[in-house]
Amino acid sequence: MKIHEYQAKELFRKYQVPVPEGTVAFTPAEARAAAEALGGYPVVVKAQIHAGGRGKGGGVKLAQSASDVEKTAGEIIGMNLVTHQTGPAGQPVKKVLVEQGLNIEKELYLSIIPDRGTAKNVIMASEAGGMDIESVAEKTPEKIIKVFVDPMLGIQAYHCRRAAFGLNLPAPAIKPFSGLLKNLYRMFVEYDCSLVEINPLVLTADNDVLALDAKVNFDDNALFRHKEIVEYRDLDEEDPLEVEASKYNLNYIKLDGNVGNMVNGAGLAMATMDIIKLAGAEPANFLDVGGGASAEMVENGFRIILGDKNVKGILINIFGGILRCDVLAEGVVQAAKKTGIDVPVVVRMEGTNVEEGRRILAESGLNLITAVDLTDAAGKVAEIAKQ
Amino acid sequence: MSIFVDKNTRVLVQGITGREGQFHARQCIAYGTKVVAGVTPGKGGQKMDDTPVFNSVAAAVEKTGADCSLIFVPPPFAADAIMEAADAGVDLIVTITEGIPVMDMMKVKNYLKTSDCRLIGPNCPGIITPGEAKVGIMPGPIHKAGGPIGVVSRSGTLTYEVVHQLTLQDIGQTTCIGIGGDPVNGTNFIDCLSAFQEDPDTTGIVMVGEIGGNAEEEAAAYITETVTKPVVGFIAGLTAPPGRRMGHAGAIISGSSGTAQAKIDAMKAAGIHVCENLGKLGEICKDVFGD
Repeated sequence: MKIHEYQAKELFRKYQVPVPEGTVAFTPAEARAAAEALGGYPVVVKAQIHAGGRGKGGGVKLAQSASDVEKTAGEIIGMNLVTHQTGPAGQPVKKVLVEQGLNIEKELYLSIIPDRGTAKNVIMASEAGGMDIESVAEKTPEKIIKVFVDPMLGIQAYHCRRAAFGLNLPAPAIKPFSGLLKNLYRMFVEYDCSLVEINPLVLTADNDVLALDAKVNFDDNALFRHKEIVEYRDLDEEDPLEVEASKYNLNYIKLDGNVGNMVNGAGLAMATMDIIKLAGAEPANFLDVGGGASAEMVENGFRIILGDKNVKGILINIFGGILRCDVLAEGVVQAAKKTGIDVPVVVRMEGTNVEEGRRILAESGLNLITAVDLTDAAGKVAEIAKQ
Repeated sequence: MSIFVDKNTRVLVQGITGREGQFHARQCIAYGTKVVAGVTPGKGGQKMDDTPVFNSVAAAVEKTGADCSLIFVPPPFAADAIMEAADAGVDLIVTITEGIPVMDMMKVKNYLKTSDCRLIGPNCPGIITPGEAKVGIMPGPIHKAGGPIGVVSRSGTLTYEVVHQLTLQDIGQTTCIGIGGDPVNGTNFIDCLSAFQEDPDTTGIVMVGEIGGNAEEEAAAYITETVTKPVVGFIAGLTAPPGRRMGHAGAIISGSSGTAQAKIDAMKAAGIHVCENLGKLGEICKDVFGD
């Protein structure tokens, strides 16, 4: 799960990770009031959307007076912000963070992520702050310091020193930096984060270190023990169909193509998208109804897929294991009758009781196209999509 | 022969009185697996059908000589269950549970480094040696006993698809293992490849990967160095968008790393026969593995 910068900074404050003074504002008037409360200029007005690259897209601006803040906030709130992460459609901005301007000496990079291979948490720090860390890693990997922390041991002083000296911090900044990193790590672990990233972390002329930006993602699997984090979820930042699907515990991701598809199991669902593409069409979605999909899941799946008006045909690919094909076929028939499907549906089923399943589909009187295998199924649905 | 489980494996099921645990324990027993005990804290002394239930894994191991634990415990308590099993001294732990927090699994993985116990999963279908033992949730009848092909995969139903196509081509399997779709898991591709390489009855390997992480790339490097048996590979997720978690917690392209194309390239470079059309996998295996 992702949260906004201003929410991440609330968490930072709670953990004594220094951040600039600032307030979130939903209207230009609120932004003006927030700036006046800060009591000094310049202030920074930052669009609050989940995607990165906001500065380049015109979503982060300096303002020099109260009226300037109000005008700038007016321009940003309501704009459709396009960044490399939003895609060409962009993301509407509904709120801004109004923050004090800082006297920046140096911009640094700091992040913590779990490392899959070593099962340790890895701290990454770089003097090349404020830049895209992916390209730093690619072009100048020597500029990135990695410090691995054993989760059983937790963060130690030497971990912090290694990062601090690696960043070539001036002596007076080492202690505040180490304190910041220790607190950040504690937050990372206590909230089951999947990423905390500060880019840039700034060093001021007074040798203070502050998080100028804040990006925090959480492990969805751990949200059951962080109810207060779930409160931060912002449905405006998610695709409406994906929000709808999440209500039914369906794993749905909307894509740009026109072939809808419904599959049991995530790996098979990805492979099904791939084979649709291989057949010359584009998948409209990823939808995993689960290894043990029920008739009700299938019905909800149909509704979500049909909510995407680009969809010209649907491919259902079910490998019946423990869940028998005849049970699933009944589910498909019930769902099709209830939902009133107005696009052609190709069904490919395999596994336990497949003969019975195919018979149920054939005798349903519905316009269901049966496929004998995967290649056949993808070919048939791609043909429909091209018409 | 086979790897990791066979007809002598003595299985205990943690979470045997839950809905999933009970259903699948019965399926495993029906397949012929030696399920010797169940564990549900607080229900010790009861029975699930004919299987005795214990309060702790240690008690179950002591009384029944179980050497393998199959875990269906819900995510908030699963890490504890895995560590309890390891502490009780079983050789193999198969964790089906999906949705265990990464932070919990990191602790588990580091803890397991202190023991000889092997973990398969979590978030996996389990492991089957067809005709001998099914320790997991996969449908038994799609498999063909007697080998000679080993299957290792990060997925569940996609593995069933692969096994089904092998069986249709009359190609049997020695052992099929789902290593799971989570970012932090126990047994990895290399562990399985190494075991299949050493198993005299396995003559070829099918390896099924997906986007996210770099386990496939590492496996490809290992194959170049060590594996002499032919390998057929498949990678799911060529059309997956970056930055989105595709169902499995571990299936995510982060920035430019973990893409399907990078994995396919690494596998091809290692001499693996990469299948690009899942519909043709069985036929490709027939060609590569011969009769």
